[in-house]
Amino acid sequence: MYYIVSIAILITMALALARALLGPSVYDRVLAVNMFGTKTTLLLSVIAFLYGRPDFLDLALTYALINFIGVLAVLEFFQSRSIRRVNNRVDGN
Amino acid sequence: MDSASDVLSWILLALGGGFVFVGGLGALRLPNFYTRMHAASLTDSMASILILLGIMLQAGWSLAAIKLLAILAFLLLTGPTASYALANAALLSGLKPGSSADESKEN
Repeated sequence: MYYIVSIAILITMALALARALLGPSVYDRVLAVNMFGTKTTLLLSVIAFLYGRPDFLDLALTYALINFIGVLAVLEFFQSRSIRRVNNRVDGN
Repeated sequence: MDSASDVLSWILLALGGGFVFVGGLGALRLPNFYTRMHAASLTDSMASILILLGIMLQAGWSLAAIKLLAILAFLLLTGPTASYALANAALLSGLKPGSSADESKEN
């Protein structure tokens, strides 16, 4: 059963990678990368029980935190960039 | 391992796998950015709850269950926050919701 769940998670990670590669806007890519990170957390915790090694749960915990911080940092960068662009447009007019 | 909780955990794991697959398919196939975000947040919240609860039933009362609970709490805290920040940033950048298909405006 763990095999089925991990294969489903792997297929979804492949679909998220495809969306990240062909997503039209940059936010699609950020969304796909966020989804990929969450699925990595789930996959690590499934693998911990698939192979009977509970150490992997610490990796999953760490990965969840790092993924969240990374996505927020990237979003802050793009958001401030778009605000700067709007301000430039207002100043230009 | 009690067999009733075993069956319950298999059912939860199967449902979680189904949710993960459907959400990934929706994130690839849906036409618009906001609908894609809807599908992705489906896998973020519901599938995480189902899969981690299923594993937690397998783990029983141990340190692993506490770690799984911590992972679930972090995922439930950070997933909606990241979704909100993402939608906010997309809306501020001028990506309109409600358009039927996506017009690729910026890279």
